[in-house]
Amino acid sequence: MYFCTDFKDTVICSKMQRKTLVRILSVLLFIVSFSAIAQEEHGMDVKEVAPGETGSKTKKEEIKEFINHHLLDSHSFNLFGSTNEETGETHHYGFPLPVIIWDDGLHTFMSSEFHHGEEVVESEGKYFTLHHEKIYRTDAEGTLNYDADHGDHPTNVRPLDFSITKSVIMMLVVGLLLIWLFRSLAKSYATNGSIPKGMGRFFEPIVLYIRDDIAIANIGENKYKKYMPFLLTVFFFIWFLNMFGLTPLGVNVTGNIAVTTALALIVFLITTFTGTKDYWKHIFDPLGDGMPWAGKILIYIILVPIEILGLFIKPFALLIRLYANMTAGHVVLMSLVGLIFIFKSWIGGPLSFGLSFAISLIELLVALLQAYIFTMLAALYFGFASETHAEHEAHEGEIQHL
Amino acid sequence: MEKLVNDFSFGLFFWQIIIFVLLLILLRKFAWKPILNAVNDREEGIKNALDSAEKAKLEMQNLQADNEKLLQEARAEREVMMKEAREIKAKMISDAKEDAKTEADKMVAHAQAAIESEKKSAIAELKQQVASLSLEIAEKVVKHELSDKDKQLKLVDEMLGDAKLN
Repeated sequence: MYFCTDFKDTVICSKMQRKTLVRILSVLLFIVSFSAIAQEEHGMDVKEVAPGETGSKTKKEEIKEFINHHLLDSHSFNLFGSTNEETGETHHYGFPLPVIIWDDGLHTFMSSEFHHGEEVVESEGKYFTLHHEKIYRTDAEGTLNYDADHGDHPTNVRPLDFSITKSVIMMLVVGLLLIWLFRSLAKSYATNGSIPKGMGRFFEPIVLYIRDDIAIANIGENKYKKYMPFLLTVFFFIWFLNMFGLTPLGVNVTGNIAVTTALALIVFLITTFTGTKDYWKHIFDPLGDGMPWAGKILIYIILVPIEILGLFIKPFALLIRLYANMTAGHVVLMSLVGLIFIFKSWIGGPLSFGLSFAISLIELLVALLQAYIFTMLAALYFGFASETHAEHEAHEGEIQHL
Repeated sequence: MEKLVNDFSFGLFFWQIIIFVLLLILLRKFAWKPILNAVNDREEGIKNALDSAEKAKLEMQNLQADNEKLLQEARAEREVMMKEAREIKAKMISDAKEDAKTEADKMVAHAQAAIESEKKSAIAELKQQVASLSLEIAEKVVKHELSDKDKQLKLVDEMLGDAKLN
């Protein structure tokens, strides 16, 4: 890696950096996925060891459970918890969040009524219980039915859960933060003679980078304006949520499949509804006038389904990429922190600390990188969609090396 | 995959869509549009300022070239004027000299003429005086002659000697 020291080199540099960034991403993806696999194997070790131990959970199992729990969304905002070693009672410090359930009628109550999954809540004649941060309809005793097909998951009915969970709270917080931050930046232009002030000085170059090197580079000078609000919003939204994921608040919003699905769905909808005639022609008639119809039919039997599948695969890749990267990052980081408690030695402790510190630094980069990749690819798809035939030729080179 | 499907929370999906779309609309109206417009305006302003600076520079260059030309012209003109002045001066001097000479010649001629006439009148007067003197002498001589012949002769000689002295 290198830095751009000279202003003159910045243009060349930014292009090269993009390539470098993509390379770093691939390496990171590799490292992260490798680490995730290592974690899996590690988990299996635990299971092998576990039967030998008697009764209570081992430290390793406890850590694994904690990590899995952390990756899930939560119905209460826990800041930290402590377990009394003698009685085994766990105290949670934090605040409850509202639970909103639709189950033949609206049921609302505070999540504190669950007592972290220990109690059954009765609401308007129906009983609900919390199991692994999921709400199930149950009876007065709170029985959960299991069967072989579903593995660990209970077969009880899951009502539609519209609760304001921890992730929703974090999204609202980030949303307000973004509005405050960029509203003040927008205002500072008016009051400060078109020059940003304070935090805006840091964020303005990023906004300009997204405009010049993501939007204009991929969509083109004529049509980028329409997509700018979405690209900017999605970039800062993902980036800020990723960064909050690294704080001790312990939120994992972007590592949640529902969140990434929603974002990818919006990208898909925008791509589909802003698609030009040439875009659809490219999908249903990619060869154009280059071949007689008899020949085209034979090829199109294979080609058109692939193109149509591609429509859905693109946003699907977006959602899986973000989800997998953020989840893997959290798993690796928390596993390394967990190692401190497993080793409990003067060598292992600092070593794990050093490792988790290094991974934290990489995660800081990944947080930015994933936001960048998501925005970049979204812009690329918008670029395909808004392309007209005349621009198509000039654009081909740009697409091919990605 | 089963884990992914199981983890998918419809509630969170629902809230994410609502919050994101709301955020998109709000930010678009209150942040992105003003920011991008301000940045565009600023860039436009910078571009215009650079353009006008370039224009001003060109104008300046033109002006400088004009000045240079003017200066050159002025210098040439001065040169011409100086030359003319010098010529006029030389001419004036030579004219003056010529005039002075003719005047002087004239004066000399006048003077000569005057001298000539003076001389003539002087000669004429001298002649008259000589005549009257001669008459006087003759008268005296005659008177003396009438008394003494020797004395007369002597007197004539004396007179003549006197006349010579005059």
